[in-house]
Amino acid sequence: MTIELTPDALDVHGETPADLVLPDRVAGRLYTDPDLFELEMTRIFERSWVWVAHESEVPKPGSFKTTHVGRQPVIVARNRKGEINTLLNRCRHRGASVCEQPSGQANGFTCPYHAWSYSLDGQLRGIPYPEGYEGVLAKGDITLGKLRTESYGAMVFATADPDAEPLTDFLGDVKLWIDRFFGLGGGYPVKVLGRHRFRFRGNWKIQLENTTDGYHFPIVHRSWMASVDAETAEMMSFMTDPTCTTHDLGHGHSVMQMVPTHSDLSADDGTEPLQARFDDLVAELKGTGLDDAAVRKLVHAMHGTGFNLNLFPNVSMSAAFLRVLRPISVDETEIEHIALGPDGPPEVVDPVNRAKLRIHEHFQGPFGFGTPDDAEGWDRVQRGAQAAPTMPILVNRGLARETPSPEGWPTSHVTDETGMRTAYAQWKAMMGDD
Amino acid sequence: MTETTSLRTAVAGVPLTDPRVVRAIELVWREAELLDRADYTAWDALYAEDGTYVVPIDGSVEEFDDVLNMVYDDTRMRRMRIVRMTEGHALAAVDAARTVRTVSRFVPAVVSDDEVVLRSAQVLVAYKRGRHDLWVGDVEHRIRLSETGDRIVRKVVRLVDSEGAPPAAGFLL
Ligand code: FES
Ligand SMILES: [Fe+2]
Repeated sequence: MTIELTPDALDVHGETPADLVLPDRVAGRLYTDPDLFELEMTRIFERSWVWVAHESEVPKPGSFKTTHVGRQPVIVARNRKGEINTLLNRCRHRGASVCEQPSGQANGFTCPYHAWSYSLDGQLRGIPYPEGYEGVLAKGDITLGKLRTESYGAMVFATADPDAEPLTDFLGDVKLWIDRFFGLGGGYPVKVLGRHRFRFRGNWKIQLENTTDGYHFPIVHRSWMASVDAETAEMMSFMTDPTCTTHDLGHGHSVMQMVPTHSDLSADDGTEPLQARFDDLVAELKGTGLDDAAVRKLVHAMHGTGFNLNLFPNVSMSAAFLRVLRPISVDETEIEHIALGPDGPPEVVDPVNRAKLRIHEHFQGPFGFGTPDDAEGWDRVQRGAQAAPTMPILVNRGLARETPSPEGWPTSHVTDETGMRTAYAQWKAMMGDD
Repeated sequence: MTETTSLRTAVAGVPLTDPRVVRAIELVWREAELLDRADYTAWDALYAEDGTYVVPIDGSVEEFDDVLNMVYDDTRMRRMRIVRMTEGHALAAVDAARTVRTVSRFVPAVVSDDEVVLRSAQVLVAYKRGRHDLWVGDVEHRIRLSETGDRIVRKVVRLVDSEGAPPAAGFLL
């Protein structure tokens, strides 16, 4: 369908949220309407599977991290048996948060207000001066609120909906791509190396779109492209390469392949030269006694995988890091960029991870050569979208060249808006349910 | 001298009026003014060839190689950053906030005839599109004193909210 860019004809009006999303456009109100934001928090963030942790962040019994599911503060904790639970960070007495540390190691959680204490499973264990509760409260029945928690490939998700489909069904064909993503470990398991956090003054869906927006790359990231070595700039030159594609994987998920030759790092045939910038690293790794194949596997994976895997609603597995979004309000969003690298013997993984940290710092974070330019673009979307709330945001790029892949995934060029269309289709399905 | 311990305290008996400390303070204030004016080329000239510029995430670390930082620039990276800030292709730098910073509360942590390590507090207000953002942190300058000109060998800015979520920036601290 060809859109005529005449006034009014293409405006998106509607009585219900679902009316505001059409296959090729969405109403600008989706970024600016506080009532829609409130509905999103309940209909999407309290019902979908929401990413909460990578298993390496809670490595052993007693390890925990605090985070959010939508706007709700939670603790992700590993219990004595090694199982991971997602607990609401809210005391059952009068509501105080029971943990304010970003992460750590604990035997349980004690509320600071009246010292009710909870086990790693969230079970209420102790109440000071219990006489006052005789006949009014049975301690054994009380636990911190608990969300369903399931993992795939070390990616931990939680949902507040007890009736949500199993995680494995929600992920579907995404699982194959999660497996490929962790090829970034170069033959080793993967651990979290660190995280950048920053906020931008715009709606969360602007970030959701951006991780599947190949179109902006050479424009917004011209400054970063100019600062990297020629090999890396060449690697990211996907604008007119027809082999670079985006697949709609269903359920709002998509994968955008910027460097398809690096989509499956295990399929390396050994013909692609390793980047010259890593010569010193190669020499150092060979000095540790690793054989050539193991060294090649690590160094071939230095930039991570060649794709962004975008999971609705809050995480993108992007080359060698995770981008996690958290909606704060209709016009403010917090982003985490979580750097990942191999976990193994220090003499092998430390030099690799040092180089990975520098690559990550170069693009990401509040002072990276990429992130601030993205954030400026997103701020501008939020400001511009105040004009004409019914005027559509166009997500029709490449619609006429979208065809099914052999796997049956709707597929278009990497610069097309296939990934945004599937995300909005999922938004429409979840927001439309009453 | 063991810096990791001594950096946290003042050098006993060295007053702020010590001429070596005064030279260091002058350099730090000159730097602050150049950064507020976004005169990054002149700013670069304040750094030694082996100078590093760091904005860590973990405010407690002294070694930055094995951790993720917001900024960890050697001279090569600092010069690339200056190109980025000045060449006109970076959206964030083209439309950067206007900044005004105050650096004070100086504490000389190491003082010798060759080198001064100076700790200070920096309060920076960044104004852009109707909003004032606060960037507040402890700063540490290691300054090499020389007849041919005093130079910054290392600058570390430890933001009070370095583990929080600041906005992305189009200026330098
Ligand atoms: S609010 Fe937690 S013990 Fe009272
Ligand atoms: Fe971007």
